[in-house]
Amino acid sequence: MSMANQSPSPLAIRLTDIHKSFGPVRANRGASIEVVRGEIHALVGENGAGKSTLMRVLSGMYAPDSGRMEVNGREVTGWSTADAIAAGVGMVHQHFMLVPTLTVAENMMLGRELTRSGQVDVARAARETAELSRTTGLAVRPERKVSDLSVGEAQRVEILKTLYRGATVLILDEPTAVLSPPEIRELWHVLRGMRERGETIVLITHKLGEVMEISDTITVMRQGRTVDRLRTVDTTPGEIARAMVGRDVQLAAQFTAEELERTSPPRTLADAAPLLEVRDLVVDDARGLTAVNGVTFSVHPGEILGIAGVEGNGQTELLEALAGLRRARSGTIHVARTDVTSRPVKERGDLGLSHIPEDRHARGLVLDYSVAENLVLGQQHRFTRGVRLDQQEILANARRQIERFDIRPDDPGLAARALSGGNQQKVVIAREMGRDFQVLLAAQPTRGVDVGAIEFIHARLRDARQAGKAILLVSADLGEILALSNRVAVMYGGRLVTIVPRADATEEVLGPYMTGAAGQPGANAA
Amino acid sequence: MKARLEEAILPVVVALLIAAVVGDALILSFGQNPGAVYRLLFEGTWGNAYGLGQVLYKTTTLTFTGLAVAVGLRAGLFNIGAESQLAAGGFVAALVGLTLPTGLPSLLTLPVYLVAAAAGGAAVGGVAGVLKAKAGAHEVITTIMLNFIVLALLNYFIVADLKVEGTLHTQPIHAGALPRLSDVAAAFHGSAANLVLLLAVAAALMTWWFLFRTKRGFELRATGLQPGAAEYGGVDVGAVWWRAMALSGALAGIGGLNFVLGYKHYYEDSFGAGAGFLGIAVAIVGRNHPLGVVLAALVFATMSQGGLAVNAMVPKQIFDVLQAVVIIAVAASVPEVRRVLRRTAAA
Repeated sequence: MSMANQSPSPLAIRLTDIHKSFGPVRANRGASIEVVRGEIHALVGENGAGKSTLMRVLSGMYAPDSGRMEVNGREVTGWSTADAIAAGVGMVHQHFMLVPTLTVAENMMLGRELTRSGQVDVARAARETAELSRTTGLAVRPERKVSDLSVGEAQRVEILKTLYRGATVLILDEPTAVLSPPEIRELWHVLRGMRERGETIVLITHKLGEVMEISDTITVMRQGRTVDRLRTVDTTPGEIARAMVGRDVQLAAQFTAEELERTSPPRTLADAAPLLEVRDLVVDDARGLTAVNGVTFSVHPGEILGIAGVEGNGQTELLEALAGLRRARSGTIHVARTDVTSRPVKERGDLGLSHIPEDRHARGLVLDYSVAENLVLGQQHRFTRGVRLDQQEILANARRQIERFDIRPDDPGLAARALSGGNQQKVVIAREMGRDFQVLLAAQPTRGVDVGAIEFIHARLRDARQAGKAILLVSADLGEILALSNRVAVMYGGRLVTIVPRADATEEVLGPYMTGAAGQPGANAA
Repeated sequence: MKARLEEAILPVVVALLIAAVVGDALILSFGQNPGAVYRLLFEGTWGNAYGLGQVLYKTTTLTFTGLAVAVGLRAGLFNIGAESQLAAGGFVAALVGLTLPTGLPSLLTLPVYLVAAAAGGAAVGGVAGVLKAKAGAHEVITTIMLNFIVLALLNYFIVADLKVEGTLHTQPIHAGALPRLSDVAAAFHGSAANLVLLLAVAAALMTWWFLFRTKRGFELRATGLQPGAAEYGGVDVGAVWWRAMALSGALAGIGGLNFVLGYKHYYEDSFGAGAGFLGIAVAIVGRNHPLGVVLAALVFATMSQGGLAVNAMVPKQIFDVLQAVVIIAVAASVPEVRRVLRRTAAA
């Protein structure tokens, strides 16, 4: 009964030798992929390997410079997004493309509005949404406003919207980045159901655990080229990682609790007075609603405290309050035993607070400034002669940091915008960790950076712990939290719902806290 | 570096070429020979000392208002209020000048005039800046409204109290008026060009130094490019906003000296005659770079004076149209040209 038998070609997708450049950036240079109908295909590679570009070419967003595209055996090279949708190829992007002020049903029909006697027929869209939600298992309520949805729900709407438009080839770009472990399991369940109905799924990811768990076949890309095709059952995470990076890498998941113990700080340091102390902190979000609701914790010298949790549970506001970017409504923050609760950013920096912000594009870097200028951002008052900036010292500093943190290319005059994600993050890391500091706020320190850079950044964080710094690590990647932290806290609904030593922290223990199933007043303890 | 320079200049060159083509078409539509009109335009501007003097005079005011708008844009603020800031600067300078005793050496009075004109412009710009920083009021709205308020107020002061009967200007200022170019070189006789021109050049140099070489300039540009990153970098974004608007207003205000102190030696209602608004175009075409602003001011001043020179052959409004074409072409071509450049660099 398989669909493949009814068609001359079992291939849903065949892209051959695709080239696509953006100015000097050659995103794809000889990329190929073959996806069999009715399979879950993982497209893996480091950040910047060209995975998203290749899939955007497939979905008609970009026209390839050269190469050949076939979908269901039909030549479609350089088609438009409208053609792609009509042929049943739909892509769910990393950044959602929904209108927040409209309801789920209204978003579903946006672009192909159903009408009845000239009026938009929302009721019918809602009925059809509910029907599709039932058959796919993607639970959504059509009448809810998108702005009221959690990230996981919004993603379900995105997937439903693509299916609603008749997609039989579904491309998902890093879908699990914003999901909690239970939500991820639910997504896998839905994808397997779709596979059984004969639909084809391409999953863009760089998380090897996911690849092993869900995919049937794997295409590995590196530097714009396809370097390997693997059958999931015949391979190992190590082999995939090697293909992605081009050399052996130590995977974060390979760090065990014993290894962590071995690299733990001497007891004397951990017993010393905390360098970061937060008491009963309450912080409002941009809309004036309580985002951080009475948080108390401390971080000792030589310790990494990891805060796990699904994004949007107050982590952003907590970090902004600690960094001095957002006013605390009540509570206190002490850095190096000094009350900094109402001190400005600069004074906190002078006390030894470093901050790797979660969004390097909005906060961490001035993208049109040079690497050298970005390496002094926040420290500009230390690089002056009178009112003038000391250009020579700024340049010398840049040369030192570029060398120390292996920033590539090693051109201090290059605009930060021109660097790859991993090297941009290295600029931020170099600036924040390459100077004297006591306390480090590290928010999503490896988001969107490649495997090699992750390894590097993790090593720097361990070095800093070894040197007696106090580090607060916030990450949506539970694997990263478990690989680095001495203690693990979970943030949910603006509270730290649990703090446990690393040895007691497992995905099974933390999962219920991350979804609010445990640790909430009124919820049953797990 | 070379690519950046190309990227900055190419849109302007393309815009000027487009304007030239449109200009040809317009001139032909009036039954005139474009070559002849352009020759006349050149002769009436750069071709003789009087014309050149007029061009330089107009360049001076436009440089100040262009710098004012450019500083605002570098901080991420769109200052539409250069017109009233220019007027306020000239007005305060004139008020101060009328009270100064005659016979003081220019070397002594010039700093006083500079401070007065800067204060007048900075007060108007600063109000918009403070409203933005403290209340979140959008500077485009507030500066437009301040134009109405300030220009009406100045008009009232002149009409009600300060005018010489039968005119709309004040009594002449006697203290420390600056020499005109014609006092130095007789060939410039009759033209308005004066030594404020040198102040404009100095202002452009100092603005460049401030923006690209000082800590405050670093923080101002960072705020303009990415306020979130500036805030993260310990910059008080609100303070940058009001300071930038005050500085912007001060630059426009000093521009008022060109008319008040250099040319007429009195304040006259509406002396700005749109130079403040044209400053927006100068800044955009000059790509918000002080050097670019000076060059753009020269181009716009030449077009404006050239329109007068060719008025006998074609209506001078042709050059208003061409100014608009240049502005639209630059505004529209900037991202377009950048894309083309990227494509050619890849090939």
